[in-house]
Amino acid sequence: MTIPQERHVLVVFPHPDDEAFGVSGTITTHIQQGTPVTYACLTLGEMGRNLGNPPFATRESLPEVRKKELQASADAMGLTDLRMMGLRDKTIEFEDDEKMVSMMTDLIEELNPSKIITFYPDFAVHPDHEATARAVVRAVRRMKDRPTLHGVAFANNTVEVLGQPDVIFDIREVRDQKMNSMKAHISQTAWMLEEMEHKLQQGDTATENWLTKERFYNYRWHEDFEKTF
Amino acid sequence: MELVEVKKLQVELDAFARKDVYLHLETTNGSYASHFNESFFNAGAFIRNVVINYELGKVVGDSPHRVGLKLPHGWVYAQGITHYELDDQGRLLLAGHDGAGKLAVALQISETPFSY
Repeated sequence: MTIPQERHVLVVFPHPDDEAFGVSGTITTHIQQGTPVTYACLTLGEMGRNLGNPPFATRESLPEVRKKELQASADAMGLTDLRMMGLRDKTIEFEDDEKMVSMMTDLIEELNPSKIITFYPDFAVHPDHEATARAVVRAVRRMKDRPTLHGVAFANNTVEVLGQPDVIFDIREVRDQKMNSMKAHISQTAWMLEEMEHKLQQGDTATENWLTKERFYNYRWHEDFEKTF
Repeated sequence: MELVEVKKLQVELDAFARKDVYLHLETTNGSYASHFNESFFNAGAFIRNVVINYELGKVVGDSPHRVGLKLPHGWVYAQGITHYELDDQGRLLLAGHDGAGKLAVALQISETPFSY
């Protein structure tokens, strides 16, 4: 499937590096097709645990490290509209829910995106991912003309419940940019990339597949994760 | 950060005793622990910028060390401390890093509030 042309794409994730693994190929492709893309990253990943032994950062210096990495990832994708939303890692679910919806509504009203990418509620594993997804879905639910909403889902029961993803983009032409976006987040991805390089050398098709395709689910409004909010 | 040397760290802990100080204390297994192992019971705790005033602070044990702060009406302690540093803002940052380099516990003391 080629990637359809959009008016504007809004990507909303809570952590620096959330964009790299699942959607950086899609982001890069949209940018290359001339579509403006905005990435709203809600936190700076202040609670990241990969600090090394011996440590290369402290709990207090990590946010600055991750801010630079996030900017480097944006550069790798060619993304120029990066928004750092100033929330704190691992606290999003404790924020006021209506405030979270307002944050998303403000972004949507400003940018008027034809497509929004975020996590899929109930299938996103991390509490911050879930809270982000809930806020985006709630904001979009209230709109009269809803943009396309694509969710990234990776909970263990995803395929069992949602089936196979209904949106699959071929991103092999921007494979290098995707790799560079992942490499930009080196403080979080070092060990994973090492393992990945090893698997690629062994000709592991699952890993190769991961660098050539990105998968999304159209949000199923007829199976909305909550009735009202 | 450097590996804890008990005598050196003890001096730093003493310097913050009997002062109002901001506390950061966290312990965590990471949010993905139960994703990778569904039988894993994931628990953690996080406190940031609560003001305490301890009368006695002590680092004990071989590495990983235990660090306890005795308050007039209670206690704060952390287990698993391996590294520490007095950072450029004069804050005492203690951390426990596992063999894979993941932060497992942090205990930090500062005379000024930590950032948000």
